[in-house]
Amino acid sequence: MSATPAASYSPATTQRQPPTRNAGFGRLMQAEWTKIRSVRSTTWTLIMFVIITVGFTALITWVTVANWNGPQAGPRDIRAATDPTAVIFGVAIYLGQLTLAVLGVLVISSEYSTGVIRASLLAVPKRLPMLAAKIVVFALAIGLLAEIVAFASFYVGSAILHSHVHVALSDPNVLRATLGAGLYLTVFGLFAMAVGLLMRHTAGAISVSIAVGFVVPILAGLLPDTSLWNHIVGYLPVQAGTTVLTVHPTGGDAVVLSAWQGFGVLCIWVVVLMSIGAYLLERRDA
Amino acid sequence: MIEVRDLTKRFGDKVAVDHLSFTVEPGRVTGFLGPNGAGKSTTMRLILGLDRANGGTATINGLPYARLPRPLLTVGALLEARSVHTGRSARNHLLFLAQTQGLPASRVDSVLELVGLRDVAGKRTGGFSLGMGQRLGVAAAMLGDPQVLLLDEPVNGLDPEGVLWIRNLMKHLAGEGRTILVSSHLMNEMAVTADHLIVIGRGRLLAAEATDDVIARGSGQSVRVRTPDPDRLTELITADGGAATAAADGNGNGNGSGGHAPVLTVTGLPAARIGELAASSGVVLHELTPQLATLEDAFLELTADSLEYGHLDADAADWSAQ
Repeated sequence: MSATPAASYSPATTQRQPPTRNAGFGRLMQAEWTKIRSVRSTTWTLIMFVIITVGFTALITWVTVANWNGPQAGPRDIRAATDPTAVIFGVAIYLGQLTLAVLGVLVISSEYSTGVIRASLLAVPKRLPMLAAKIVVFALAIGLLAEIVAFASFYVGSAILHSHVHVALSDPNVLRATLGAGLYLTVFGLFAMAVGLLMRHTAGAISVSIAVGFVVPILAGLLPDTSLWNHIVGYLPVQAGTTVLTVHPTGGDAVVLSAWQGFGVLCIWVVVLMSIGAYLLERRDA
Repeated sequence: MIEVRDLTKRFGDKVAVDHLSFTVEPGRVTGFLGPNGAGKSTTMRLILGLDRANGGTATINGLPYARLPRPLLTVGALLEARSVHTGRSARNHLLFLAQTQGLPASRVDSVLELVGLRDVAGKRTGGFSLGMGQRLGVAAAMLGDPQVLLLDEPVNGLDPEGVLWIRNLMKHLAGEGRTILVSSHLMNEMAVTADHLIVIGRGRLLAAEATDDVIARGSGQSVRVRTPDPDRLTELITADGGAATAAADGNGNGNGSGGHAPVLTVTGLPAARIGELAASSGVVLHELTPQLATLEDAFLELTADSLEYGHLDADAADWSAQ
């Protein structure tokens, strides 16, 4: 490394107004795509997402088939026979969503933890367009992968179950549930991103996202099965959102929200949290 | 051109920047000087739109930072705090910045070349040394070939080679007619780098003038005189309205030890007058040196009231005298 600036650097050899290759929002999306693809955490969380989601679908359906005792044998087999998509998606989606939650949080919180947010905002001082580009790029990239994973899980799970239970996309509501699984995973990732935007702290935001995605549903199951509780719980992000991947609603949830209503409620959660986050992003010192 | 008018920023009860106004002109290096905690970094962050001001304005070429259409083509900034993802390569860091401005990827390679990081462009920045990180920061600042540069403590923690590199780069860029504002708490670094100084303390403007003028403002201009006959010369000087004291420095402690003539520190008379006095009375002089106040002296004098740890001044002086 020389101790003097490169001699070649002078106004004569540089462009005063460099050419613009693409304008406005497209530029920002391109930059956000570069950001998201150029860190290893993205690769690792997405590999884990695919392995966990498809892997647990295979594991759970295989365990079910391997221990098959017929419809009269117990609740597990009865459930598999009456609601096979719940066996295919149930555990796998609940675990797979956690990896997307980690990625959703990291996409925004790592900018703060590493300080790259300062570089980002120097380049794009209008903060809301930068946030919008980040949301769109994340949603498109994760959405595509989540749909692929949802359909892969369905085909793997239904193939393994096939010897005992037949389920196909053409069955009532199954296509909606499979598409819905991908949509739900994507929007839950955005939910985590909104939490990250609000908290700006990786560990805290991941903890909150996992609590909402995993701990709250378990705790909710312990609550008394009354109409009041069912209505409160039914509007929580995960409980509402997962209605879209449910073919045969069970318990109190059934009476609260339909599939698309539930998904809509999750989307409202995300929009509200993201809006508060956007307001704070605009107001706070970076 | 950077114009700051009445800029104010509070963090809770603490006023970090207090109705600060100054202008940074193109074509020269302007040093931004102040003790730690004076508000230099906050002022720069306000100019760059990273922090939200409580009052006043900061404009670059007449526009607030957020209104610049493609800001990196107008302004380059090197912040004191690290602002790269340690897991991302230098090239990808610069690439996403270039993409936000619609700059071609080839521009990334030319700035990597400029700062001498081409060989490590694909390496993750987490493994970079302080100096390499600083070079990457300069590369990011130069990405859009901007007319205005803000550098916050650019030489902090650099080795002498790195310090020299930054210093030469700044002078070179100022020579091209760019506007350069560089902050530092190192007075002597500014003395050799900056043509013009903005001195602040506790968020307030203390001085904004040419570096030489700031130095000249420092009181205690004195003349160092070495003579074998200090008593006679002291009489002459006192009679002429000056003051002479035996200098405590070196071996000239007033008794001529070590084979050298004693040294006097004379104030209140110019060197020429002292020479005339000595000649008229036949006093031999071995040395007659006007002592310029250093920028450090001027700086300490300017900021004496604004140091956050003002009460420790006496202790600090004791400590530094040892």
